[in-house]
Amino acid sequence: MAKANTNRALMFGYRSYVVAFFIFLAAPLVAAGSFAFNDSLFPALPWQGFTLDWFFNDTEPKLGMFHDRRLLRGLYYSFVIALMVSALSVAVGTTNAFLFVRRDFPFKNVFYIMMIVPLVIPGVILGISILVLASNIANSMENRFELELEFLRPGLFLVVMGQFSFITTITSLVITARLRKFDQSLEEAALNLGAGHARVLRTITLPFLRPAMIAAGIVAFLVSFENFNTTLFLVGSESPLTITMYDRMAKVGSTPVLNAVSFFLMVGSGMLALISVAVQRPPRSD
Amino acid sequence: MTAADAYDLECTGVSKDFGDFRAVDDVSFRIPSGTFFSILGPSGCGKTTLMRMIAGFEDPSAGEISIKGKSVLSVPPNKRNVKMVFQHLALFPMMNVYENIAYGLRCAGASKDEIARKVADVLERVALPDLARREIHQLSGGQKQRIAIARCMALNPDVLLLDEPLGALDLKLREAMKIELKLLQNQFDTTFVYITHDQSEALVMSDYVAVMNAGRFEQVGRPEELYHAPETAFVAGFVGDSNRWQGRAVDVQGGEVKVETEAGLTVVGTPRGAREITPGAAVEVFIRPEFVTASPLDAAPPQPAAENTVRGKVDGVLFNGANSRVLVRGPAGDLIEADVVVTGGPQDLREGDAVRLDWASAQTMCFAS
Amino acid sequence: MSADAKRLSLILLFAPFALWISLLIILPHIGMVALSLREKVAPRVYEFGFGNYIDFINEPIYWNTLLRTGSMSLLVTVLALLIGFPVAYYIAKIAGKRSRGALFLMCLIPLWVSDLIRAFGWILLLRETGVVSSVLIWSGMTTEGIEFLYNDVTVVVGLVYTVILFMIVPLVSTLDGMGDDMIEAGYNLGGNTLTVLRRIIIPYAMPGIVAGCIVVFMLTAGSYLTPILLGGKNSSWFTEQIYDQFITRFNWESGAAFGILLLAFTSFVVWLGLRLSGQSLANTVAKT
Repeated sequence: MAKANTNRALMFGYRSYVVAFFIFLAAPLVAAGSFAFNDSLFPALPWQGFTLDWFFNDTEPKLGMFHDRRLLRGLYYSFVIALMVSALSVAVGTTNAFLFVRRDFPFKNVFYIMMIVPLVIPGVILGISILVLASNIANSMENRFELELEFLRPGLFLVVMGQFSFITTITSLVITARLRKFDQSLEEAALNLGAGHARVLRTITLPFLRPAMIAAGIVAFLVSFENFNTTLFLVGSESPLTITMYDRMAKVGSTPVLNAVSFFLMVGSGMLALISVAVQRPPRSD
Repeated sequence: MTAADAYDLECTGVSKDFGDFRAVDDVSFRIPSGTFFSILGPSGCGKTTLMRMIAGFEDPSAGEISIKGKSVLSVPPNKRNVKMVFQHLALFPMMNVYENIAYGLRCAGASKDEIARKVADVLERVALPDLARREIHQLSGGQKQRIAIARCMALNPDVLLLDEPLGALDLKLREAMKIELKLLQNQFDTTFVYITHDQSEALVMSDYVAVMNAGRFEQVGRPEELYHAPETAFVAGFVGDSNRWQGRAVDVQGGEVKVETEAGLTVVGTPRGAREITPGAAVEVFIRPEFVTASPLDAAPPQPAAENTVRGKVDGVLFNGANSRVLVRGPAGDLIEADVVVTGGPQDLREGDAVRLDWASAQTMCFAS
Repeated sequence: MSADAKRLSLILLFAPFALWISLLIILPHIGMVALSLREKVAPRVYEFGFGNYIDFINEPIYWNTLLRTGSMSLLVTVLALLIGFPVAYYIAKIAGKRSRGALFLMCLIPLWVSDLIRAFGWILLLRETGVVSSVLIWSGMTTEGIEFLYNDVTVVVGLVYTVILFMIVPLVSTLDGMGDDMIEAGYNLGGNTLTVLRRIIIPYAMPGIVAGCIVVFMLTAGSYLTPILLGGKNSSWFTEQIYDQFITRFNWESGAAFGILLLAFTSFVVWLGLRLSGQSLANTVAKT
């Protein structure tokens, strides 16, 4: 701990500031989550008593989230999209890590910066640029060859591509950082003990990378699940949950079922985040 | 036994270039079966590169490497029966002790029973029979060392390479491991090739030592040969401690050289090394501190009289138990080290005492430089 | 490995990267530039020209929105740095070993909840019938509900809230790498708190500060949900204009031009920031 030779009052003020900051962080989340349990038709005070209707009730007007077909469909699509995006982005992130850690090639630094850039491009722009390109290709195919390429129209495929385009940067950075810490003499030791290259990869290098790959996959899953900006332009009829919720808020106005969904997502994400921290933790040495 | 397989490892004219830099330069040697062979040299001398070529991680730019009489140049590293203990051991952290040792056996396609038997056997031989289920991070430094050796020895290698494996240990453990390594080598009766920059490791453990410098082998020999009969100035300076002077030969006759050092001291020594010393040539002179006798001025001179005698004053006493030394300021103003026995009694030399230093010409090694 | 095998494996490793960057980043942006340089002269008839950009310059609402977005994003960035730095310093240097990890995790938890839910939470707190207003009525400080939503202050607060984690995370990881001995040496050599902060801590944390600022600025300028939901329909955020051109007016050419302008403008600001701070993209954003 750094010795702070400041007096107590200042330290107390500092601590209070940090506490206040965390209250600021928690406030909207607590608000969004807790109204899920309010037995009222509106997510607002006064408190009308505790209920789980907004999760499990099956009749209008208090239709619970687990009986709301559109929300469940949104949840399903979000889940499918997030799974595909995390699988793809972890795969490409891993090859990128090997490319940038293990290999030397001309203009490596330029390519490395190109790998980072998607993270700082506004999501809206990624969305429209991919939409424009896909539509251009689809239109010209249709005009010239009368070929209807349905997957290039807004829909699941484009949503996955749009999210993949910047989430891969995140997974690449996470896995690259881990691979840099790898002691290459472990690979040489395995070769020396008689293993072939494929076996070394399977038994030594990938197991070492596994925690980072799992963590990167979880991060990718969560980022994909909550993405709105990029998805907004690429979405077709299969709306993921964030889009469904946004429509609901904009058109119907908010009801506590949205709070129920929020609560559900917070718990789910929290658990995934904890798992990702747990797998990254090094074994305790004693 | 044919002549070829009397040697476990044979290198002929091996060189390695990295771009313009020649890391290993025309190195040739042979190692008889069952020997503890050390390659000793300062860091950057090319010893690690040489070992990586033997293990197959680098290809030599020129030359031939044979194991048990067969060339291995076209054999990939995972097919060579040369096993290696890495500098930081490279034990697999994601596996326990058993899995680490079983790894090579699995690669070789051994059956489950055979693996279990061999792992138990090799653990027995390194005296750690109960550690099979331990995780690597639970082992002590010395245990890791032995497991790393066991992992290699389970595969019955023709040659075991060790790349400064004691470097990371603290001093006490290092001393103990030196003896243990020597015993292990005896027990396994396998050729060990040991790379180090620490001369005491090399001298204590080895049957033969090769001293390497700037990519070349300076000398290969038994430890006592290197110490007492170095063939080059580098070996004389690198192996053991020495008083060392630069000078010029003023007279050469009867197997003796008279040298005037840069500081102005005149010493008589014997010529060493391959290059002949002619009068007027630049010379490097080495004399080990244990061959210099320091005595008070009133003590009787040694019999027979030593060829070299100077007077001086004790500048400092370096007390280190049995290895204590005095630093004596000689007549030419330079410092000369001499081993002394410090008993704690009144006759011990102290700072400021006037002393006489004697040493024989036979132990004064002169190299043309 | 032989030279051929090495070459082949390099190509195999390079292929996914090349496909990703070229198909999903470079080509789409080229396509967008091309589209933005297309003028509609008649239905289904287009020709090359800078018309979309000229429209932008001729219409003050457009460029005012862009400038407003830029300046508010800068304000959000500065606020996030000022608010976040003490918290990051507390987590990295003052908190005990045990609480450090927990505090860091607490910082990250909001990160895993979507923008939408965070904004939704703020709406529930701040709207006329919201929690804050209700509490004020209940405590007798006011008799009528107060609308806290739909003004610039709320938008800025909401944006700072949304992005501050991206400031704190890189700051914590750089400050974490700084040895306590360095700070102690600073005090030991006679520095006071202010000089130690200014001469030792801040220079050391500079890569983290710059990385945090870049990410926060880009995220803010590119954000869409928070300004719309907290600022209402008239929040005049530039991404709204882009959405409007694309989805509502179906004028893709102009929407693409707006997109390019936003990208160019934000890149320019980031480039300027990097120049002024003497950092590079590779040693800041990539390190975190």
